Amino acid sequence: MIWIAIRMLTGDRQKFYGLLFGIAFSTLLITQQLTIFVNLIERGASGVYNVSSADVWVMDPVSRTTDVAYAMPSTALDKVRGVKGVEWAVPHLRANASVRTKDGDLEGVAVIGVDDATLIGLPKSMVEGSTDVLSQPDAVIIDDVGTTRMFPGESPIGERLELNDQRAVVRGIADAIPSFTSTVVLYTKYSQALRYVPGTRNRLSFVLVGAADGVEAKSLSDSIEEQTGLKAQTRDEFARDGVQFIIENTGIPLNFGITVLLGFIVGVAIVGLTFSLFIRDNIKQFGALKAIGVTNGKIARMVAAQAAMVGLIGYGLGVLGTVGFIYGFSNNPTFKGFYIPWQIPLISFAAMVLIIALTGWIALRGVMKTEPAAVFR
Amino acid sequence: MSKSNTAQPAICTRGVTRDFPAGQDTITVLHGIDLDVKAGELTYLVGESGSGKTTLISIMCGILWPTEGEVQVFGTDIYHLSDTELVNFRLENIGFIFQQYNLIPAIDAASNAAVPLIAQGMPRHEARERSIEMFDKLNILDQADKLPNQLSGGQQQRVAIARALVHEPRLVVCDEPTAALDASSGRRVMDLLRDVAVAEDRACIIVTHDNRIFDLADRILVLEDGRITHDGTQMPEDH
Ligand SMILES: Nc1ncnc2c1ncn2[C@@H]1O[C@H](COP(=O)(O)OP(=O)(O)OP(=O)(O)O)[C@@H](O)[C@H]1O
Ligand SMILES: [Mg+2]
Repeated sequence: MIWIAIRMLTGDRQKFYGLLFGIAFSTLLITQQLTIFVNLIERGASGVYNVSSADVWVMDPVSRTTDVAYAMPSTALDKVRGVKGVEWAVPHLRANASVRTKDGDLEGVAVIGVDDATLIGLPKSMVEGSTDVLSQPDAVIIDDVGTTRMFPGESPIGERLELNDQRAVVRGIADAIPSFTSTVVLYTKYSQALRYVPGTRNRLSFVLVGAADGVEAKSLSDSIEEQTGLKAQTRDEFARDGVQFIIENTGIPLNFGITVLLGFIVGVAIVGLTFSLFIRDNIKQFGALKAIGVTNGKIARMVAAQAAMVGLIGYGLGVLGTVGFIYGFSNNPTFKGFYIPWQIPLISFAAMVLIIALTGWIALRGVMKTEPAAVFR
Repeated sequence: MSKSNTAQPAICTRGVTRDFPAGQDTITVLHGIDLDVKAGELTYLVGESGSGKTTLISIMCGILWPTEGEVQVFGTDIYHLSDTELVNFRLENIGFIFQQYNLIPAIDAASNAAVPLIAQGMPRHEARERSIEMFDKLNILDQADKLPNQLSGGQQQRVAIARALVHEPRLVVCDEPTAALDASSGRRVMDLLRDVAVAEDRACIIVTHDNRIFDLADRILVLEDGRITHDGTQMPEDH
């Protein structure tokens, strides 16, 4: 009987494709929007992810994220270095600046000063040039998204910039995860950064700490807080702070939430309507089956098989569409580093099951209510 | 056609009444029908529109509950069965032929005719083979692979007959089997039905008001306003 059910379904091309489209469209909308949402808010932590070697970030107690930070006196560095369990501690400067290109355009940029000696604070890999270039006078490394923003279609290497009225020369391109706002980032040595960023008394934004072998990041951050009175966050905690900041301070969750809900509603509407139409078109056949001697239980299984088939194929198409989308846009800087967290297909699967269960149940009720005696009318 | 000599009638109704709600009131469509339908006979149930033919035949084949009265089909008190038992009783014992054929458009003719066997749990290919044997008997072998919408009305009705007979039910019921057909195909379908559906151990009851086929009946029952008013081998003179 299941075979018959499936043939009934696929035999009605229009409605079959309509149902597939409804499910696929819903799945695509839900999966794709959730993916973009998660990846976007994770951009709030890009500053942390880009410095993967730091186990603990130390900052002024009022600082909240890599971009919302209050500078500390330079003595903080020595205080942190004095804490037991600290393998290394380096200064890290993050500040906003404005840059004038040779065409005279003004652009807001983020300047990141990395430790002069170890260069800790730079992203892991370079797109062009090596990290050694920072030892050249006035050298800065630009991030790859900044390159496409400021130098579309041309190589930035050797370009001269006026960075807060100081001379800077682009010597390399870093492979970095863009920030939430896709701000252009210029990396330079800490000592150099101090020159670029006009002199307030305190300019040390963070102290980056590596834990000694066998020391837990969490316990290290606790002892740093205890002994220095500064705020210390493990890498994971600080990444979460960045994400949390985006969630709390933008309308993004609401916006995406609305789209996901719309995807769900559209799915229910399209699938519910088409499924009901399909059942109504076949109600005579179902009635005949009931008269001939097919139990309600078997009828229910037939409808369930039809729903499951539409659901699974439609879901597959929707997820495939999302993968295609992410893949297709992987070269676009806006979508750089986007991935589909495994939880998201699971969530959209649950949404699909809900849509199918809801609409299938409504459709099934129509069949169940049909009196077998109706076939003679 | 020899009269059946089985003691037990195929269908036996006693005091069957049926009410339907009509607004505030109820209307009584059947008034205490007592009837024995014998196996081995082609029995017609005729009467004017609204006289209760469909209601009666539905009650006799176990798809509509009588308001009062008893119905036995081959000795089984069908309305004393549980719901599931009744459904399974129909599946085993009754073949249906509907006016609108009610074939499933997406599967071919032979598979359509195999539906009762598939519903009984027979593997699909085996069921289809049995159904093709039935097609052979009905001389419609060349239509086995066609989809219902590739067949004429008469051809579809033959497929429906194959479906009604494929599982060798002991009772075959037809409501207006020729109403949607033109005169000659209606007559051919009835000839066929007579040939294949009437057997010693099988009862066949047909609701019709198609006077072109009255001559094919072994027994004609006339229903008027919910009462049997005539029971004979011919139509009464005044009809
Ligand atoms: N489900 C129902 N609800 C209410 N009234 C019904 C129902 N089924 C039948 N009736 C009524 O019962 C009466 C007999 O109906 P039935 O269908 O048995 O007549 P019929 O002899 O088969 O007529 P026809 O030749 O037009 O098919 C009619 O008046 C009809 O309106
Ligand atoms: Mg009728």
